Amino acid sequence: MDPKASLSRLWRDEHSRSVIIQVLAVVLIFGLFAYLVRNAVVNLEAIGKGFSFGYLQEPASYDINQHLIEYTSRSTHFRAMLVGILNTLLVAVSGIVLATVLGFSLGVLRLSKNLLASKLAHIYIDYVRNVPVLLHILLVYGIIVNTLPVPREAQSLGDIMFLTNRGFFLPKPIFEPLFLVILGLFAAGIVFTIWFRRYAAGIQRKTGEHYPVFWISLGAVLGIPVISHFLIGGPITFEVPALTGFNFSGGMVVRPEFTALWIALSLYTAAFIAEIVRAGIISVNYGQTEASLSLGINHGRTLNLVVIPQALRVIVPPLTSQYLNLAKNSSLAIAIGYMDIVATIGGITLNQTGREMECMIIVLLLYLSLSLLISFAMNIYNKRIRLVER
Amino acid sequence: MRVTKFLAIIAVLFSFTVIADAGTLEDVKARGKLNCIVSSGLAGFASPDGEGGWQGFDVDFCRAVAAAVLGSGDKVKFVPTTNKTRFTQLNAGEGDILFRNTTETLSRDADLKLTFLPINYYDGQGFLIRKSLGVTSAKQLAGASVCIQTGTTTELNLADYFRANKMKYEPVNTETNEESIVAYESKRCDVYTTDASALASTRAALKKPSDHVILPEIISKEPLGGAVRHGDDRWADIGKWVVNALIIAEEMGITQKNVKELAKKSGNNPGMNRFLGTEGSMGEMLGLDKKWAVNAISAVGNYGEIFERHLGPKTPLALERGLNASWKAGGILYAAPIR
Repeated sequence: MDPKASLSRLWRDEHSRSVIIQVLAVVLIFGLFAYLVRNAVVNLEAIGKGFSFGYLQEPASYDINQHLIEYTSRSTHFRAMLVGILNTLLVAVSGIVLATVLGFSLGVLRLSKNLLASKLAHIYIDYVRNVPVLLHILLVYGIIVNTLPVPREAQSLGDIMFLTNRGFFLPKPIFEPLFLVILGLFAAGIVFTIWFRRYAAGIQRKTGEHYPVFWISLGAVLGIPVISHFLIGGPITFEVPALTGFNFSGGMVVRPEFTALWIALSLYTAAFIAEIVRAGIISVNYGQTEASLSLGINHGRTLNLVVIPQALRVIVPPLTSQYLNLAKNSSLAIAIGYMDIVATIGGITLNQTGREMECMIIVLLLYLSLSLLISFAMNIYNKRIRLVER
Repeated sequence: MRVTKFLAIIAVLFSFTVIADAGTLEDVKARGKLNCIVSSGLAGFASPDGEGGWQGFDVDFCRAVAAAVLGSGDKVKFVPTTNKTRFTQLNAGEGDILFRNTTETLSRDADLKLTFLPINYYDGQGFLIRKSLGVTSAKQLAGASVCIQTGTTTELNLADYFRANKMKYEPVNTETNEESIVAYESKRCDVYTTDASALASTRAALKKPSDHVILPEIISKEPLGGAVRHGDDRWADIGKWVVNALIIAEEMGITQKNVKELAKKSGNNPGMNRFLGTEGSMGEMLGLDKKWAVNAISAVGNYGEIFERHLGPKTPLALERGLNASWKAGGILYAAPIR
């Protein structure tokens, strides 16, 4: 057979054609990738910049206003990076919590039979979803910084908390050694609650009898530790912030940069979550609700025990991507000077050391890990709640 | 801003080895335009005017280089950058030269791979504060909230200064001078710190400049100068000698007005003849036209004229020459001779 004909047959055969195309695609992609890497290496070498992470061990020499771990300007760039990571995690996690709470409430409100409530939720959701998140962040920040008073004219709440445009100053708890007892009781309360919930569920299955699980759990987790705190003479004391010179000192401070970012990201993401929740609830056939109500189960329990568990299966997968969006959107922090990963290692460190490649690779890997971690956790949760088929 | 950084990295990835080739002069000539990195907005140094052009001290240095190389001070494309992106953009080849109120330091020279041109402004870091706070010295700033632009030497000086004086402070980071002004005006911070010249520019732009005061302490040396990428000595020489020429012109009394007249024929002063290209071959040595210095001066005038136009007592900034006076007039401005 002449080779030309056999080649054209190879191309006409669906299976071999698909193999050829895939091989070509892989070669192309790797070729492009190799070209990019080579180019970067050659160009960096040409301007005399090596590729090294040694700079991470040198003193950062700059200060960071919000640090959850000990940090001074003499700490290393590596530690500055850790501070940045913690700040990103703090705003991402607290944002996810608030967005979830708000999102679920809004989603349920949107379906409410009360016209006012559902319309208000509707307007809110449509407004928030259609304005870029950066504007929300700048708006909230602007409101906080421009409307709240300066420290000297601080708005005080019972003389222990102070509202200013430099932040919310709160009393800081100081723990004495006896506090370990309280901590122990708290842990015991949690263990007890886990056991008690199972026990109560068992009893209910056998006899149909309800225990007030929520109140008993609350008493065990919070009530007993709080009461014993006072019984053993209050091993937690509070350091109240006081105005000294320009600012308050002592106590804890929630800075406006954090507040603005946290609120804006939560409000924005909550609007998307609300729509996901609404879709999830609508996806559960109304017959389920009717069946439950006709069995004499009240509205609240119908929602909690019948509708939501089924709706969650629809809600959780898109909810995961909203969480990812929130975590990634937190990188807009730099717009208002919140010191997250992008501002520390990807900003000041990058600029002071001139290590663009290395710093950007670190930032990239950090966001990648954070996103994969959220996905991983949400996938586990998704597996737990999915339909159990018998 | 993140976008520009990203683009810069993409540029590093994609561009062939043009970046550090020793051919910036040829590139600029072929392009017919000088790409000059300036500030995104600092009144007096570089700021866009109402007609889509740029004005300022740094801007005029860009124009002088363009005039020396290309014959006209208008053949410049200004590349506005933030503090954070300026060096990345220079090294990625987005600009040929940088005049961006930039402090010369060892680490920038050696580690960031820049070649600095002669210092064109001797500055130092100061503090701007409201008069109503009653502060008269930087030593009284313990506990204050301080606005600071990220990615600057001032950020490092600030940390050092407060640490050395055992004072605490809260840094409030912003990315540009404009953002700092907004934060300062909303009283998010008590003090704004940056180079004293920039503080003068900022103060002039505030609603009521007389309510604000620049504290007497200057806490650092901030010698500002232009810069080019490492690795192209010929291009660095051109930048260096254009700056020197502007300074020397003031010493010799060559101004924007009289330079054309003086350059018509060679006079009795050999130094001036060399400068004006009527004697010797200084321009050719640099790879430029004979009239390189004449072109630069007729485009923007000498150093003194540039200073008066943008920073001097008749401008809103109202800065004195101080250290930036010629060495003949009690300052420390002293350029190597053209010979």
